[in-house]
Amino acid sequence: MRKIIKFVIIDILRNKIVIAYTLFLLATSLSVFSLEDNSSKGLLSLLNLILFIVPLVSIIFTTIYIYNSAEFMELLVSQPLRRKNIWLSLFFGLSGSMVLAFLIGSGIPILLHEASPTGFMMIGVGTIITIIFVAISFLTTVYTRDKAKGIGISILLWIYFSLLFDGIVLFLLFQFADYPIEKIMVGVSALNPIDLGRILILLRLDESALMGYTGAVFKDFFGTTIGTSIAFATLVLWIAIPVMISTRKFNRKDL
Amino acid sequence: MIELQAIDKQFGKLKALDSVSATFRLGECIALIGPNGCGKTTLIKSILGMVVPDKGTILFNGKDIRKDWQYRAQIGYMPQIGRYPENMNIGQVLDMMRNIRKENHSQMDEELLHAFQLPSMLDKRMGTLSGGTRQKVSASLAFMFHPDVLILDEPTAGLDPLAAELLKEKIIREKEKGKLILITSHILSELDDLITHIVYMQEGQLKFNKTTDVLREETGEARLSKAIAHIMQKQ
Repeated sequence: MRKIIKFVIIDILRNKIVIAYTLFLLATSLSVFSLEDNSSKGLLSLLNLILFIVPLVSIIFTTIYIYNSAEFMELLVSQPLRRKNIWLSLFFGLSGSMVLAFLIGSGIPILLHEASPTGFMMIGVGTIITIIFVAISFLTTVYTRDKAKGIGISILLWIYFSLLFDGIVLFLLFQFADYPIEKIMVGVSALNPIDLGRILILLRLDESALMGYTGAVFKDFFGTTIGTSIAFATLVLWIAIPVMISTRKFNRKDL
Repeated sequence: MIELQAIDKQFGKLKALDSVSATFRLGECIALIGPNGCGKTTLIKSILGMVVPDKGTILFNGKDIRKDWQYRAQIGYMPQIGRYPENMNIGQVLDMMRNIRKENHSQMDEELLHAFQLPSMLDKRMGTLSGGTRQKVSASLAFMFHPDVLILDEPTAGLDPLAAELLKEKIIREKEKGKLILITSHILSELDDLITHIVYMQEGQLKFNKTTDVLREETGEARLSKAIAHIMQKQ
């Protein structure tokens, strides 16, 4: 298994896209911090950037990479290897290189400018979000044979998680403004890893006051250690469930 | 060695395999023939575990292949169209396979590799290779790890006459070592002096599985190609 992970990582590093992605993250992170005089403000700007770009690059690059490795997998499947190991090696190789790109591109600037618990939390959230979106694209590619369709679904999923979901939440908030749905909102936020990550960071910054009463309810829940742990556990489930389902499906897939 | 028990496989509306049962033993050289799209490649891929049958079981040395994956170490497979990672070169592909198979360098069968003069182009990228050269790589890989079973899907398609002859000689030598060889081919004349059994498939069904001697006797034709043409006309 370790050999296949090694082959995947070497192959990805040879592919210049991931290096370009690292340099892009590095440039934007450094410039965001140097533009703001207050590094906590810089962290907030960076948060929005990271939550927008990291999922997009993770899901699209992974989807295209998996389709392009169809031959590689076909070759490996006819060899004395467990199918589960082939699939998981590909997952570890891909998520490993994407996380590495994120840690170099954004992790180092954050450590340089804001080595606080909030900074570490941001690195943690960025890492988990990267792995979640790699896992989600494993799920989409295992179910769609057609490359164009698979990439299309990945883009739609990204639009849903980054844009549509917030719109739906806002719509619900307005429709049910007369009812006490703030507590339900805590549960609804678990349905979108990007939102969950955003809430976790926002609550540690002063800007959560802007979120009004809902913000106060969120603070009551996510502000506590138990709440934060539950939030992180939910994020881990967002990795584990897609990986498990896709592995099971890949085990019975015709190549 | 390999036992197929009532294998069914459906691709959408197409029935690729329709309760196929057969037994293949060591020392046999089997030609799998039939019209295009009759399920030959699907059958081969099922044995390799690349296609998962809907129904039925495949036993390799008495063990169900669904619960086993190590059996593939005993198979050398040459696909009809060898598909390799485009940005790896020949040397890297060979290294990767050696790595996966965990064999010692000295014990490997590199006869074909040298016969095809591949060592002189180890740094060529797979994506730039011609179809024939790619087939040479596939053939070399299939024989490299001394497998007991050789599965060759259209082995000579795309090879030049010289390479095809080299490959054929190699197959005969391996056959004499008592290995099980499974070949699909459309060109019947080149199988004449090679095979011991013929399996004929049509529309996913296995029509017959006979030794060549029986077939020659039944049809009264000395040449295999004629004997088979005789049968195909009757079907």
